[in-house]
Amino acid sequence: MRISLPLGLALAATLATGALAAEAGLGHALPPKDVSFSFEGPFGTYDRGALQRGFQVYKEVCSACHSLNRVAFHALADEGGPGFTEAQAKAIAAGYKVPAGPNDKGETTDANGTPLTRPGILADHFPAPFPNDEAARTANNGALPPDLSIIEKARNGGAHYVYSILTGFGEKPPAGFKVIDGKYYNPYFEGWNISMPPPLNANSVTYSDGTKATVEQEAHDVVTFLAWAGEPKMEERKRMGFGVMLFLIAFAGVLFLSYRKLWADQH
Amino acid sequence: MASATSDGTTRRDFLYIASGAMGAVGVGLAAWPFIDQMNPSAAVLAMSSTEVDLTPVQEGQQITIMWRSKPVFVRKRTKKEIEEAKAVNVADLPDGVARNANLPDSAPATDANRVIKPDWLVLIGICTHLGCIPLFNQGEFGGYLCPCHGSQYDTAGRIRKGPAPENLFIPPYNFMNDTRIKIG
Amino acid sequence: MSAGESTYVPKSGFARWMDSRLPIMRFAHDTMLTYPTPKNLNIWYTFGGILAIMLVFQILTGIVLAMHYVANDKMAFDSVENIMRDVNYGWLLRYAHANGASMFFLAVYVHIFRGLYYGSYKAPREVLWILGVIIYVLMIATAFLGYVLPWGQMSFWAATVITNLFSSIDQIIPHLGTAISTWLWGGFAVGDPTLNRFFSLHYLLPFVIFAVVGLHIWALHVPGNNNPLGIDVKGPQDTVPFHPYYTVKDGFYLVLFFIVFAGLVFYAPNFVGDVENYQPANPLVTPPEIVPEWYLLPFYAMLRSIPQKLVGVIVLFGALAVLAFAPWLDTSKVRSMRFRPMMKPFFWILVLDCILLGYLGANRPDATWNLGGIEISLVWPARLGTAYYYAYFLLLMPLIGLLETPKPLPDSIAKPVLAAAE
Repeated sequence: MRISLPLGLALAATLATGALAAEAGLGHALPPKDVSFSFEGPFGTYDRGALQRGFQVYKEVCSACHSLNRVAFHALADEGGPGFTEAQAKAIAAGYKVPAGPNDKGETTDANGTPLTRPGILADHFPAPFPNDEAARTANNGALPPDLSIIEKARNGGAHYVYSILTGFGEKPPAGFKVIDGKYYNPYFEGWNISMPPPLNANSVTYSDGTKATVEQEAHDVVTFLAWAGEPKMEERKRMGFGVMLFLIAFAGVLFLSYRKLWADQH
Repeated sequence: MASATSDGTTRRDFLYIASGAMGAVGVGLAAWPFIDQMNPSAAVLAMSSTEVDLTPVQEGQQITIMWRSKPVFVRKRTKKEIEEAKAVNVADLPDGVARNANLPDSAPATDANRVIKPDWLVLIGICTHLGCIPLFNQGEFGGYLCPCHGSQYDTAGRIRKGPAPENLFIPPYNFMNDTRIKIG
Repeated sequence: MSAGESTYVPKSGFARWMDSRLPIMRFAHDTMLTYPTPKNLNIWYTFGGILAIMLVFQILTGIVLAMHYVANDKMAFDSVENIMRDVNYGWLLRYAHANGASMFFLAVYVHIFRGLYYGSYKAPREVLWILGVIIYVLMIATAFLGYVLPWGQMSFWAATVITNLFSSIDQIIPHLGTAISTWLWGGFAVGDPTLNRFFSLHYLLPFVIFAVVGLHIWALHVPGNNNPLGIDVKGPQDTVPFHPYYTVKDGFYLVLFFIVFAGLVFYAPNFVGDVENYQPANPLVTPPEIVPEWYLLPFYAMLRSIPQKLVGVIVLFGALAVLAFAPWLDTSKVRSMRFRPMMKPFFWILVLDCILLGYLGANRPDATWNLGGIEISLVWPARLGTAYYYAYFLLLMPLIGLLETPKPLPDSIAKPVLAAAE
């Protein structure tokens, strides 16, 4: 926000003199798409269905490359989240293999050299697809897929930016723009060359609630899920904020009346 | 000017009282997060119960599990240990209460009240004297001996001799199935 | 006008017993209840009290956050995420502390500009003013140290940029600057030792600030408060007891201030922050734009407007130092800008100048303005802005005071109040 306002003013100044911002340089990221999400605004909440569908998209598509380190399985059952029961969250956790500590013999790998794992419990966090950054880069042509736990708070444009990236593939690059070998064209990404291949296609997932799985739907749902992953307390925060604001406004009113009454004899 | 009501208080005073009261309420409400943040966090609470697979534990063997940062002994008792525990007269015990979180406080310390299934003994391995960890299969009673000050417990973990005032505590637990227990 | 004889009368046996051993009740009574305060103080005078409350608030939220924060380069970022997700109300305390720092600086800027406008720095309040400058410098240090603690990208790189400034001392005394940087870092670059000591100092400085604030309030109570007319209090007809008149008035404005604060915390908690700081620190990747928090942007603009590193550093610290000399730089016989028609517009230009410098500090170093087809580097308005800032203190304050004809001052505080009522 702090950057976009001055840059916006600078752009406006440039526009005023007739120089077009778009032609100011190939590779400048387009502004994020203007879509609306249920969690925006002072009374926004997370759409439970979108959270659950988005979790499915993360699980079946994104988690192949992207970790979600900071989210614990027990959070799936928390208030203000996807709304799984504790038993469901436990079952989800148990479906994952997390790194296990040394066994009784002190070994950390099995006979084949594969690191030991155990089923996840509620206290565990989502395990990463790669054991470390170097392995992640090797599997992804040298690019490091970022952890997604707080991705929307770590990018200008937040949810809109991530949504634009996910739905911004598939267009033809403009004449004169060369796409680097091994990368993909996405005009919402700074430089227009993104290392991530288009992750979403129609029906990449089959939604259990029957929602039609278009790319826009999948993107909308996973963006909602990732918004929650980064701000699991958002609903509680806005709810509390409403109460606090009401209290403070009422308190200000009472104090104002006291102030006027008190000072009446001084004026 | 302020107006006077019949009992002498002025409207001005009511406003001040209301202001003061709202301020006190505000401070009280604001204080709660500062206090509650010291309570166990969600990460700590997620570790508040532990499941244990019993299949690797042979008869006569004991494993130690950490539960809420405390050591819990899970022991598969031999027939001899069970018989010895059952044979004890509760009236002879220094501490006649079961100390079992799964039962009411007043339950007597019979062997049946110290276990759920007789062949599995699950207790918190912290001596009730000053907190050391007792060792098994030592002492006169075939049970636990605490090396720090010599407290001796029997095969149901009940104090028999020594400075410890109470039987070893039994944590809340239940059998999820024949081979798995959940502690806490 | 300072307090005369204490009028405190202990009401109970215990109160009398305490009063003869440690008269804190008397002290509280004299300084916060009966303390005679000019009756014409306006909204701009409420920010001192607001600042005191915010200091206590930051200390309280900081102490509880420190119960969960881990100052280790491998764990710091995760410990903050633990606070945000798992600690009960951790998200609230963290957002309150981070946004509280911004609100703290907002209040201090209003407070400083109020002092400049009403001549509160002029005799006999010079020491009060200098203590204020000291508090401001300590606040900047505390905020800088605190921002490093989450160990995000901006934490790490802001620490790197600012601690690297010390190496410019090498140009005066060879090797000394590098020795100082190494000593600050505890290593060859910003790293874990740096983080640990920054945490220790961040915990310490607010208590130093608290002590200097105590001196600041003491230094205020000796001559008594200034007021919007800038004329001295002549007698009790010009003052009211601090309680209940100003406890209630300050309380009201405090609640308004908290409404703005709550708006940030609950509805826009990351508005003033930088998205880069939600990425863990990476010593191998420099963010595209390194910028401090908004309240340090004007100084950042000044620093970057000078290409020569050492001179830039001197200009930066000089801007703080020049504030301290205001009582002696200003030759005006009149305190309040209300009666200084020539100086008043220059004051408002200073305010706009500081806002401009803040805007410039937020921009990239290579940014330009396009004016009528000519690309002008933003370095030029930054230099102009820095020059005006210095000129205000070093040229305008001494000169205008001698050149201007002030408006006639009212006879007393009480009279204009009564005159207005007629």
